Amino acid sequence: MTQVIDKTGFVADEWPEDGVELPFDALWTGQDLPIDQPLAVRFDIFANPENLAPWFDKVDMVVLPFGTSADGRGFSLARQLRQLGYTGLIRAQGHILVDQFRAALRVGIDQVAISDEQAQRNPEEQWQSVSLSEGYQTRLFAAE
Amino acid sequence: MYSYSNFDADFVRNRVAEFRGQVERRIDGSLTEDEFKPLRLMNGLYLQLHAYMLRVAVPYGTLNGRQMRQLAYIAETWDKGYGHFTTRQNIQFNWPKLQDVPDILDALADVGMHAIQTSGNCIRNVTADHFAGAAADEIEDPRPTAELIRQWSTDHPEFAYLPRKFKVAVTGSPNDRAVTKAHDIGLRMVRNDAGEPGYEVVIGGGLGRTPMIGKVVRDFLPKADLLAYLEAILQVYNLSGRRDNKYKARIKILVHETGLDELRARIEEVFSRQQRLLGEVDPGIVARIDAGFTPPVWDTRPAPEAPVLDAGLRSFIDTNVVAHKQPQYGIVSVSIKPIGGTPGDATSAQMRVLADLAERYSHDELRISHEQNVILPHVHRADIPAVYAELRMAGLATANIGLVSDIIACPGMDYCALATARSIPIAQQISESFADLDAQRDIGPLKIKISGCINACGHHHVGHIGILGLDRAGVENYQITLGGDGTETATIGSRTGPGFAYDEIVPAVERLIEAYLDLREGPEEAFLATYRRLGLEPFKAALYGVEERADAA
Repeated sequence: MTQVIDKTGFVADEWPEDGVELPFDALWTGQDLPIDQPLAVRFDIFANPENLAPWFDKVDMVVLPFGTSADGRGFSLARQLRQLGYTGLIRAQGHILVDQFRAALRVGIDQVAISDEQAQRNPEEQWQSVSLSEGYQTRLFAAE
Repeated sequence: MYSYSNFDADFVRNRVAEFRGQVERRIDGSLTEDEFKPLRLMNGLYLQLHAYMLRVAVPYGTLNGRQMRQLAYIAETWDKGYGHFTTRQNIQFNWPKLQDVPDILDALADVGMHAIQTSGNCIRNVTADHFAGAAADEIEDPRPTAELIRQWSTDHPEFAYLPRKFKVAVTGSPNDRAVTKAHDIGLRMVRNDAGEPGYEVVIGGGLGRTPMIGKVVRDFLPKADLLAYLEAILQVYNLSGRRDNKYKARIKILVHETGLDELRARIEEVFSRQQRLLGEVDPGIVARIDAGFTPPVWDTRPAPEAPVLDAGLRSFIDTNVVAHKQPQYGIVSVSIKPIGGTPGDATSAQMRVLADLAERYSHDELRISHEQNVILPHVHRADIPAVYAELRMAGLATANIGLVSDIIACPGMDYCALATARSIPIAQQISESFADLDAQRDIGPLKIKISGCINACGHHHVGHIGILGLDRAGVENYQITLGGDGTETATIGSRTGPGFAYDEIVPAVERLIEAYLDLREGPEEAFLATYRRLGLEPFKAALYGVEERADAA
């Protein structure tokens, strides 16, 4: 179905079987949140990360949608989550190019999940050969 | 001039290697054309009507002799021996082969140049006043700001896949030569009441099919807050800009649909967070950038006092040379608009002449202007006769800067896949019909700008006379707008009425200019001033004929 990739290469999906995955809006409908099981929140592209801030310490993973590789909103959502203080896992799910992987890691995304079809066209070594060198922005803002 | 740090050099070299890999993956099929497209665009490579086109960045229009010479080498090695200077202060090569492009990019990297972000839906090459660092009216050189923005915007991980392209321009003079109000972000360097340096920030300007003059979103932004504020504008735009319709995706539409006040509030909110989190820009980097723009050691010889007797030289000085901040110097504009030529096209031989002249007479500096000319920014007035003589031998001494034949034209249907009409031949014919330079000087300052489609790359909306070439049922049809202005008094031109056929448009422009000569109060009243005094009507009468309209009514 999907292939999960992190900065080491192709990895098994380690999200536990008993993990609970809720859509972003569910947090607002008063639904009971799991107490013992890990919690993942699935964003839609219009979600405002600030609205998740009260639950940051309860959320283990945020799943950001990447509809097409031309849609860069997920990069802003991830960076906002990090800037607001979210420290859990961020997974980018959908259509992400090898050539967007470095940017994804730099805005705070930990892993991407792509279709098996894309994983066949873009085998593991292409992802592993992505340069992880620092960018201009890291240098300019020494404090960030 | 700013020279690459090791970081810059490594970065550009890595990008070339990366693009080489992308080209290989495209050729072996592991990248689809759809996936390859944004990657090649971000490296300046377009697919045009007949071939690929490579757009090379000339950040803020500044380059040195060695760089210009390398452009000449690229033009004759991998292209047809010429390049085209664009309205974005860049240079385009119209005939590269895909497999050669990585080698061209390596050749550019050898002289500290690249084609990064000259296209695609990202923050484009930043532009600035082409007289920066030389103009007599300048408050502050805008290029350190432009260079800081270049570094910040290059490969920004958050803003590489925006709803649409994003253009930033900076001016350090009250006389806006950088058309800042027609950019997604325009920055004007100002001082506040306490005399502290900062920026007036304008957003939402743009030409294209929905021309809009930018609006002031911040009267005064302290200099130190610039990048945090740009981050805020870009984040709001990236998340809120429309992605459902590419014709409504520019920030100007977001400003228009959201309202300036609401958008300003959202920007300020993100800004306060960015300001807190980003901290200050590394002072070491700022100091290194500033050092790159320290003025040259000026030649203190006084300017010659003897009158210029040579008529050709005198009109060249009158028309193509303007005041420099050092009174013994002049800023020399070299027209890349020879009578009957293609606006902005220069041969390799001409580029080498310009490189030589820059090295010998202009403190090794050249500028590309958005009006598609090349500037020698720092020429001592005693050297102007020698510069003029060499330009003449190279066919580069046309004394028509700012006159009727100094026309901006997009490539049009001769090159561009989007064009709906030819623009270059129209520019050539207008230029030929006013070939007499004395007559041009009598007509005075006049900006004619021609676009070959509604996307307005020729900036016709801000031409005193704007010409827009369209396709009406398979036939080229040219609409005229009057009264446009790209300066600090920016105005979108008004349409005169029905368009003209290909063979009617040049006579129509001639009628407009004849009408102006009849209507003006004297030679000191320029075309735009006459238009502003009298409005559209007398020019409409000249275009369409009063009697015919009476008959129709």
